[in-house]
Amino acid sequence: MLKCIARRLVLMIVVVLGVTMMTFSIMHLAPGDPAEMIAIAKYGMEDLTQEDIERIRKAEGLDAPVYVQYAKWLSHTARGDFGRSLITGEPVLEEIWYRFPATLKLALAAMMVSLFIAVPVGIISALRQYSLIDYLSMTGALIGVCMPNFWLGLLLILLFSVYLGLFPVCGYGGLRHIVLPALTLGTGMAAIVTRLTRSSMLEVLKQDYITTARAKGLSEKKIITDHALKNAFIPVITVIGLQFGHLLEGTVIVETIFAWPGVGKLLVDSIFARDFALIQGCVLIFAVIFVIVNLLVDISYVYLDPKIRYEKEH
Amino acid sequence: MAALLSIQKLRTIFYTEKGRVKAADDINLDIAEGKTVGLIGETGCGKSVLGLSILRLLPRNAGIEGKICYKGQDILRLSGEQIRRLRGKEIALIPQSPSTSLNPVLKTGVQITEALQLHQKLAREEAWKAAVEMLQSFNLPDPERRVKEYPHQLSGGMKQRILAAIGMAGKPSLIIADEPTKGLDAIIRIQVVEVLHHLTKKTGATMLLITHDLKVAAGLCDEIAVMYAGEIVEHGPAEEVLGHPRHPYTMGLLASSPNNGLKPIRGCSPSLINLPAGCKFHPRCGKAREICAKKHPPLVTKNGSQVRCIFH
Ligand SMILES: Nc1ncnc2c1ncn2[C@@H]1O[C@H](COP(=O)(O)OP(=O)(O)OP(=O)(O)O)[C@@H](O)[C@H]1O
Ligand SMILES: [Mg+2]
Repeated sequence: MLKCIARRLVLMIVVVLGVTMMTFSIMHLAPGDPAEMIAIAKYGMEDLTQEDIERIRKAEGLDAPVYVQYAKWLSHTARGDFGRSLITGEPVLEEIWYRFPATLKLALAAMMVSLFIAVPVGIISALRQYSLIDYLSMTGALIGVCMPNFWLGLLLILLFSVYLGLFPVCGYGGLRHIVLPALTLGTGMAAIVTRLTRSSMLEVLKQDYITTARAKGLSEKKIITDHALKNAFIPVITVIGLQFGHLLEGTVIVETIFAWPGVGKLLVDSIFARDFALIQGCVLIFAVIFVIVNLLVDISYVYLDPKIRYEKEH
Repeated sequence: MAALLSIQKLRTIFYTEKGRVKAADDINLDIAEGKTVGLIGETGCGKSVLGLSILRLLPRNAGIEGKICYKGQDILRLSGEQIRRLRGKEIALIPQSPSTSLNPVLKTGVQITEALQLHQKLAREEAWKAAVEMLQSFNLPDPERRVKEYPHQLSGGMKQRILAAIGMAGKPSLIIADEPTKGLDAIIRIQVVEVLHHLTKKTGATMLLITHDLKVAAGLCDEIAVMYAGEIVEHGPAEEVLGHPRHPYTMGLLASSPNNGLKPIRGCSPSLINLPAGCKFHPRCGKAREICAKKHPPLVTKNGSQVRCIFH
């Protein structure tokens, strides 16, 4: 078990390295002169000379080749120094730390919403296959899978905020503020998890060991809770882990639509401002969260599936 | 003697995309209390389907018609809750494939004790003790350890005995044992056979024993029914059916067994969707005449045995 976690930690470092390296190079390949963008953002547009720009380029170390810049960033980061925002001059870690709770709240709310809806609906659909409930939920799930976040977000705002006035259009605050963004963000995951729970449950119910359980005379309720669910959850848990990556990705769009002051919006803002230090910081935090969630998934997987537990112990 | 189980005009059909699979057709079979009836026949002839029909454990695409009377009540007319009360307690199943019939995420002990707790109303600890004792009586080595393990840690023969223990947990009156000796080596097979023999004789339980092993059938069964393509083609006392087979299929089956020279029956068993007209066995039968392709023979009773062949 410990060995397994250690192996995952190494893997985690590799993933984080890969992700940050990619963003670093993509940002530098993107059109537009970063030094100029920073200059504009920091000092305003009008009184900008070529010399100013060159001075900033030197000051920020932007004249060095990309790989040198990356190596420098890496060595600082490894020592716990994430640098300062090129625009505001605030430490990157502080900026992210300040925004992080909002994103965490949103992601957890979205995940709760989707799991609390998706898992029971998926199970009921499987138990009542081809019933009205099944058709309705599968149609809903199909729409949910197809609907892009930005579109769903706008529709929800139109319906619930503009016409019905039930929830605020955007912004950060109490429970009412989080409803629409969490729904928007969670729908895709809910749709996928519903479909998977249903198909996994149907598959499990066909297995011989369910017939054995029936032959024992167990009640249908016990067969579902004691014999079917744990087996059906094994693939679902894996997908939840993978879907969490999409959820993080979704925060970028959803936070922007709803003006939610989280890391996702911070990332978008810093991309527009070419604030490399901040971009790298945001990407790093997303990568780390993603890897940690997948580690947790793997651990729960081990808990669910005794075959894996056995292999890992020996 | 009164029949404990009386199957009358049973017909089980699977409705599939490719057509209607007639897995059991016009089955009439009485099992007297305390007797062990063997069910033999080639793979795919419907033995398991017949066994599962009795417990109504078939998937939803199966349609069952006819009558299955157990202690006088028609199982096919019971409500879901009523049939559930019979399962495990009155009629138990020892399922066919040990590798897939145990729940992979539950300890074997849990799977036995839940049946013991349900049917014998034992407390948790008593149930665990009883489970270990049962496995011990089935000659499972180191049962204390095995009940704490998961199915994938056990061999096929061990799983087979776990399944037998689950089946016996409710002290059932009727046991449907679907190839309980499959995949066991000779020594273990003899042990399991002895256990089954012991159980049926000691508790007076009745058993429907589905098997490919004619030796096991000869050793354990009072009567034998031979199935071919969803029908019973011969049924009678074990020594009669095995010693003086009358249906050409039974003769072929006996000749094809490993103890009798392994002579296979020519051809292969028909698709249960497109069955041949007339006698279902005629395309493979050495004695077939023209009439066999036209007339479907009824099951005729003679001297206490039943045969489904035009020449009897
Ligand atoms: N769920 C199902 N849907 C459609 N056809 C089925 C289904 N279950 C079984 N069958 C068909 O019913 C027939 C009888 O199957 P069954 O399992 O009873 O055979 P068997 O005599 O037990 O064979 P074996 O000796 O291999 O166990 C087979 O042809 C099989 O294809
Ligand atoms: Mg079978």
